[in-house]
Amino acid sequence: MEKKLFEFQTKTIVATGLGAALFIVLFMYVKIPTGIPETDIKTAYGVGAFFSALFGPIAGLLIGLIGHGLSDAIQYGSPWWSWVVASGLTCFITGLVYPKLKVEVGEFGGKDILRFNIYQIIANVISWVVVAPILDIVVYAEPVNLVFTQGIVAAICNAVSAGVIGTILLLLYSKTRSKKGSLTKE
Amino acid sequence: MKSKLFDYIDRDNFVYNLSGLTKLLAFVCFTFSVMFSYDIRYILFVLVLSFCFFRISEISFRQIRTMLIYVAVFLLLNFCLTYLFSPQYGTEIYGTTHELFRFNGRYTVTLEQILYQVTKILKYASGIPLGMIFLLTTNPSEFAASMNRIGVSYKAAYALALTLRYFPDMIRDYQDISLAQQSRGLDLSKKEKLGTRVKNIMNIFVPLIFTTLDRIELISNAMDLRGFGKHKKRTWYAGKPLGRNDYLVMLFAAAVLAGSICVSVFVNGSRFYNPFV
Repeated sequence: MEKKLFEFQTKTIVATGLGAALFIVLFMYVKIPTGIPETDIKTAYGVGAFFSALFGPIAGLLIGLIGHGLSDAIQYGSPWWSWVVASGLTCFITGLVYPKLKVEVGEFGGKDILRFNIYQIIANVISWVVVAPILDIVVYAEPVNLVFTQGIVAAICNAVSAGVIGTILLLLYSKTRSKKGSLTKE
Repeated sequence: MKSKLFDYIDRDNFVYNLSGLTKLLAFVCFTFSVMFSYDIRYILFVLVLSFCFFRISEISFRQIRTMLIYVAVFLLLNFCLTYLFSPQYGTEIYGTTHELFRFNGRYTVTLEQILYQVTKILKYASGIPLGMIFLLTTNPSEFAASMNRIGVSYKAAYALALTLRYFPDMIRDYQDISLAQQSRGLDLSKKEKLGTRVKNIMNIFVPLIFTTLDRIELISNAMDLRGFGKHKKRTWYAGKPLGRNDYLVMLFAAAVLAGSICVSVFVNGSRFYNPFV
């Protein structure tokens, strides 16, 4: 079955809803400390990248927006809009890899790993080093050097999270799927 | 334990009886008006207003205690970081320097910097009461219905409803799996080395995610079988018709937003209120 980039089936909707719920849970409770204060590697971005690669950019965008927006609102009372947008964008760009992968028929080799990681690194750099700081300056008038430092740290942490956790999850998932044409007639 | 963060308890008062749409719009209008303006007077005005609404809504302090701690830590950290990175940003914005006292050249404390940072904290603080009102007094199903009514596609709104519905389940699953793995000897505490801890976290992760994927399959099949997504529109069981109070509150919220823009454009001439010139 051909995969379209922007399809939105029932499954995409459900994946978005549950993916976002998962994103919130992980965003709030499961962080891996790096040793540098206040820079945790958020496992949520790994799962975000995984869901984006599996269900496409629209699902990714909504998972990022809903997931980050709600977890901010629950934890801090009010979302930090510029970063919410950046989260959505990261997952959206990562999701662009979706038509090129065939994880659901059990194919995820070295080339696909490379492809997925190139997409997610580009996504993280654009969102956290460019978009998030600029929005911070425009919307919140935050100091320039502060937001760019935060942005670069966030980009590295999130790329590591997406690269390690996302790749492992995709590998594991592809192993659980039966390969296309794996049945032979005797 | 932690899932109590998001509990909706039905009450009967002015704020609870407003439609979710009204509360969402009021929240968005209020946050955008303080996001736009850097005028401390206007922000204080919005802050007082938000607290009035908060009183009316009768939310108990117990419900929001955890949230307040997070907020306080976040604001404190942001305050310190801003000062550390740009101690003279206030001067840059307001164009003048009123020195209070100095440690060394870079970290001189100026009135401008204090005004800038206090304004920033108040800006953030004034959005919180309404955010909490919105989260704690809105029925999740009705929230999705309201999103749909302001033009968000019903499929996206439904995704949101699913998120709200499955979020508590997800926390429960996470705790179950985490406890099960810990009882099998998996150490997640700080005693373990970082590498092992990451591996152990993955051991919780994988079952959680695969349960979720199974569940996605199950739910989407159930929805497909019931013909979800066949038509362009859908009706909402939990949607509420708008009453007189809803329109009044919406008008009021729009006025607050318009006021913020007017103050910036006509009174201050920029987003910043400058008492130093």
